Amino acid sequence: MSLLDPLLQGILLGGLYTIFAVGLSLIFGVMKLVNIAHGDFIVLAAYLAHLVITATGLHPLAALIIVVPMMAALGYLLQRFILTRTMGEDILPPLLVSFGMAVIVQNGLLSIFTTNAQRLPAGNLETASLQIGSIHLGLLPLFTLAVAVALIAGLEQLFSHTKIGRAFRATSDDPQIATAIGVKTPHVFAMAMALCFATIALAGVFLAMRSNFDPFSGPARLIYGFEAVIIGGLGSFWGTLAGGVILGVAQSFGAQISPQMQVLAGHLVFFAILAIRPRGLFPKA
Amino acid sequence: MKPSRFFVIATLLSLTLAAAPLWAGRAELRLLGEMLSFLSLATLWNLLAGYAGLLSVGQQAFVGLGGYALFTACSFLGLSPYLAIPLAMLGAALVATLFAPLLFRLEGAYFAIGSWVAAETVMLIIGMIPALAGGAGMSLPIEVVKSIAADKLVREFAIYWLVLGLSLTTVFGVYALLRSKAGLALMAIRDNGLAAASLGIDLWRTKFVTYVGVAAMSGGIGAVIFLQKLRISPASAFSLNDWTVFVIFAVVIGGIGQMEGAVLGTLIFFALRETLADFGAIYLIVLGAVAMSVMLVAKRGLWGAIQSTIGFSVFPTTRKPMNSAETGAE
Repeated sequence: MSLLDPLLQGILLGGLYTIFAVGLSLIFGVMKLVNIAHGDFIVLAAYLAHLVITATGLHPLAALIIVVPMMAALGYLLQRFILTRTMGEDILPPLLVSFGMAVIVQNGLLSIFTTNAQRLPAGNLETASLQIGSIHLGLLPLFTLAVAVALIAGLEQLFSHTKIGRAFRATSDDPQIATAIGVKTPHVFAMAMALCFATIALAGVFLAMRSNFDPFSGPARLIYGFEAVIIGGLGSFWGTLAGGVILGVAQSFGAQISPQMQVLAGHLVFFAILAIRPRGLFPKA
Repeated sequence: MKPSRFFVIATLLSLTLAAAPLWAGRAELRLLGEMLSFLSLATLWNLLAGYAGLLSVGQQAFVGLGGYALFTACSFLGLSPYLAIPLAMLGAALVATLFAPLLFRLEGAYFAIGSWVAAETVMLIIGMIPALAGGAGMSLPIEVVKSIAADKLVREFAIYWLVLGLSLTTVFGVYALLRSKAGLALMAIRDNGLAAASLGIDLWRTKFVTYVGVAAMSGGIGAVIFLQKLRISPASAFSLNDWTVFVIFAVVIGGIGQMEGAVLGTLIFFALRETLADFGAIYLIVLGAVAMSVMLVAKRGLWGAIQSTIGFSVFPTTRKPMNSAETGAE
């Protein structure tokens, strides 16, 4: 058995996990918030794309033009009107409120769409592959990884070179001082959440082109994203990419042993990293 | 002082509950057992999240482990179920000891998801052990069931008393803990970790002991829950909804960080379940929405609202500062 094939497939899978993770990394970096419903919103975005595609006949990638702004708006409103009321020293309220949201989204989707698994038809992209020697690399996973890398690079740019990026960094360093020098904190936080939800929309569509999803697919996506963030180290976008890739490779090798080992291998690598490097591989200084 | 009145009420209530086989029918006895084990889990989670600041979403790990430890000890080691319960507690405590040093490295909110990953890991590993019949699950052998008590009715009584005994131990144990010096340390950590540490409280150790102790009790509760069910599978043993989500919602609605909150939350949860459970998904949406609104509007839940109007506690754990030398009592 060649080790190269699972390694490459794992790296590509890591692209998808990076897209799951990057929003978590972003909002934790800016406002120390952990959204337990992150995975469920990814699935919500997938269903939204499903509706858009059914109504318009668009390709899933084209449907992003509608799904991304809608999810971003939802993220802005959720932060501005609900989550903002939970922000503070106490970590319980935001966690418990997002926990409630997770259950509401899951069961809301269940009552509308039933438990039947769905998938977004991606046409030729689903089956097309690139052959290198004896190894077939799916075009969709390759494209997903490329999108993940572009997303990370784009966010790095946004954080270091734009006005809103500077506002993100300022509020994350010290919300009080940021307010004092004229940064509108609730708006900045809501913008960060909107950006997070834009990545959630992307995650939903790429997940749904690659595999089946149902109303209860969310928690596993949250866990994979979370593992990628922690493996990579908090506060670093490139670290999140590395974490996603490591998780993907671990799962891909696990899957070679048995189907149940796929997920377990990811968890074990997560705990191993936590034991050896508690702050992840590439923590912010 | 309150403790004596508390003692009288607690004794009367415990005796009434212990005599339940006399006044309750079989179905009511089952429901009562279920409520008591739920109350224990709620009290334990409340101790973790409301007092020790450890917001665990992974308590199903220890409930499930307790259940599996009991089934393993009885089926393969031929142990009596009575002996298997302390063994289940020990097993859960050992696993908690393994996970705690890793999970405590995760910052506040991330601890929650980490504890969830820990529970998923335990579930996956149990599901891969062929002797435990993998995902299909296993039944408790009939000889083991008979060894509790030969007669079916007596057996149901015995299991009920086991549940009752463990639940009373949990509730009064947590109460005693909160009134002790260790409980004071816990509340100090919750209210201001930095200040508590500067007063010489060992944060890590206090949290560790609480986490492991709660895991042990959860393991014991898990063992009796599955002793009553006589069947176990990874999906039921490690159910996130049954052993964690509902518990969290109940405590939040009742009032987090107060012992009465867990009691009130349990009563509300069962009242809602008995009336609305047929609505399935809608019921869960309502439960989630109510818990969310409580967190947004009144963080201290229903009991917090009641207490601020009547100013009375059933489980007095707050201390009056001794600024006058009238009494040395708590």
